[in-house]
Amino acid sequence: MAYTSTLFGRRYTFADLKTLLAKASPLRSADELAGLAAESEEERAVAQRVLADVPLRRFLEEPLIPPEDDEVSRLIFETHDPAAFSVIASLTVGEFREWLLSDLTRDTDIAGIRSGLTPEMAAAVSKLMRNQDLIAAAKRCTVITRFRNTLGLPGRLSTRLQPNHPTDAPKGIAASILDGLLYGNGDAVIGINPATDSPANVDTLLHLLDRIIGEHGIPTQSCVLAHVTTTLELMRRGAPVDLVFQSIAGTEAANRSFGLNLALLREARDMALSLKRGTVGDNVMYFETGQGSALSANAHHGIDAQTCEARAYAVAREFQPLLVNTVVGFIGPEYLYDGKQIIRAGLEDHFCGKLLGLPMGCDVCYTNHAEADQNDMDNLITLLAVAGCTYFMGVPGADDIMLAYQSTSFHDALYLRRVLGLRPAPEFEAWLDHMGIFDGRNALNRGHPKLLGAVRALAGEAP
Amino acid sequence: MNEAWSNLRRFTQARIALGRAGHALPTEALLEFQLAHALARDAVHLPWDIEAFAAQVRASGADCLILATPVADRSEYLRRPDLGRILVAESRERLRHRAMAQAEIDVVPIITNGLSSTAVERHGMPLLQAVLALYRSHGFRVGPVCLAANGRVALSDDIGSALRARVAVIVVGERPGLSAADSLGIYLTYAPRIGNTDAQRNCISNIRPPEGLSYEIAAAKLVYLTEEAIRRQLSGVELKDELLPLLEPAGD
Repeated sequence: MAYTSTLFGRRYTFADLKTLLAKASPLRSADELAGLAAESEEERAVAQRVLADVPLRRFLEEPLIPPEDDEVSRLIFETHDPAAFSVIASLTVGEFREWLLSDLTRDTDIAGIRSGLTPEMAAAVSKLMRNQDLIAAAKRCTVITRFRNTLGLPGRLSTRLQPNHPTDAPKGIAASILDGLLYGNGDAVIGINPATDSPANVDTLLHLLDRIIGEHGIPTQSCVLAHVTTTLELMRRGAPVDLVFQSIAGTEAANRSFGLNLALLREARDMALSLKRGTVGDNVMYFETGQGSALSANAHHGIDAQTCEARAYAVAREFQPLLVNTVVGFIGPEYLYDGKQIIRAGLEDHFCGKLLGLPMGCDVCYTNHAEADQNDMDNLITLLAVAGCTYFMGVPGADDIMLAYQSTSFHDALYLRRVLGLRPAPEFEAWLDHMGIFDGRNALNRGHPKLLGAVRALAGEAP
Repeated sequence: MNEAWSNLRRFTQARIALGRAGHALPTEALLEFQLAHALARDAVHLPWDIEAFAAQVRASGADCLILATPVADRSEYLRRPDLGRILVAESRERLRHRAMAQAEIDVVPIITNGLSSTAVERHGMPLLQAVLALYRSHGFRVGPVCLAANGRVALSDDIGSALRARVAVIVVGERPGLSAADSLGIYLTYAPRIGNTDAQRNCISNIRPPEGLSYEIAAAKLVYLTEEAIRRQLSGVELKDELLPLLEPAGD
């Protein structure tokens, strides 16, 4: 179905819903590269006006990819809950924006429609929202998950401790972990991106993490971000796997390029559940996403990058993850050109994820060939923290020496605790206080934390 | 800062034990980061003096061609990866004529600045010399050294197929990180043709002596992969290496 509008005597026609969504998207280089972006600012503004008048119901009538061609589309339609949708079934996209921001809508009402929302509806409304709308509406969505601690409570902010090393040297990784813990990081997960995905290497790292967490009684979980097939194989061999990691995307073809499908994720989740390693909950999956992943796999079906990204959240929520992370500026400037585009994308992803009921964190990051710097990261991390983002990355000095990009640091989380009063997950906060790392008032202790014993032990070893 | 804590730096180049000013970075750590970022940014935007590089290649006794992609400048290069993957028509025609006029080629070496001209300026020539010497000693028929500014990895498909080389090898300046802005990567493709995917390539990365891989080890890995690719008539994920671990530097 075509969507049309006449403005200043000029007739605009948008061939179908996915074209309208793409043209209504705030500018980003990924859509330009794909040839999907609006050709002028005027066309974009017109597309947004047209999109505002589209009934939400239309998204159930016009699938962006036919369900018979794509298992992600099938998942979206099969899991759609008409009863939950009925609350907003009469609204247009523009009216839905106002409903999300309205004083008359309770936060619990927003949570109540989650299962009636498709990712395309979330993406559509986000395209009409200013940055402050994305922050204000996301702030209304609370998503709580549990494994060995409780993540996502209001007033809380967690961190993934990311101790990567270019050769996966265990002592180098252990050094970064101790450093991060001493700065109060690591309650979302202690998660290593392995330099090599070989099962033997990943197994070594899993045991390293298991030993550190066990030795110090840390109420947190570990993850080695290997391919799901590697983690599956290691679970079969009895390796200590807390969380199953996988990068996911919003189309079946893009997921295939990642070497996965929904059945494989289901199998991995079932096996992780059977290990029963969680103490306070059983959210066992950790997903990463990012705008542009479907395009880079040439598997976007003419759908814009942000809508593809929202579709990945439909995949994520099927498996009740502990954590979802949009790695917003990682791929490079051909997808998000500069700080402005990265900031916008980070806010969109967090909003769409939270609206759909996911425990969204954000790897606030950039590469050195993007027009961005640490000031842009300061801006985005502050905006997202205000929006209630579940967690950020903690990388030593914000410099990931294995992945060659810049993220956020242990210090950045401390900055947010100080300026916004956000506390770590309660179980982890109690541990930080007990270990003398925090002072009982959500700040670093001035004395000597007990963990320095472990530091001295490691420092005394040969490199 | 506790001394034992600082000593952990022996185990990693990561920015650990930075200390703090309140909850922020101390000024020295802040300034170090800014400097490292500045170096990386400059490395990305630095243009490549391809004529000077070609002169060095010719002075070393190797045959050398300067080719072009349709990329106009660095800004376009960053936004349009598709343009970095192809030659302008004139360059492609030159290679085709050349292919008709010469004997069959086993391997064509290609060099592009990629995302770091600094890396190519610093390590390009010594790496090329190590590679060419080893190729010759193993009896490979090596094509002309092809230079092209602002290229992506898949440019090797266009060049390799135009020259009808059995294997295309492209040396690329890697995305600069804060700790290393001068790292080179090599990608090898058997039966180069437009439309090949990265799953069909083998990669040797982090060539950056003395911290990273040495020229000699990189060359040895490359020649091994080239031999295996030609023997088994494939490259990429199916070409796993059985020999490569033996070549890792001790203590790595």
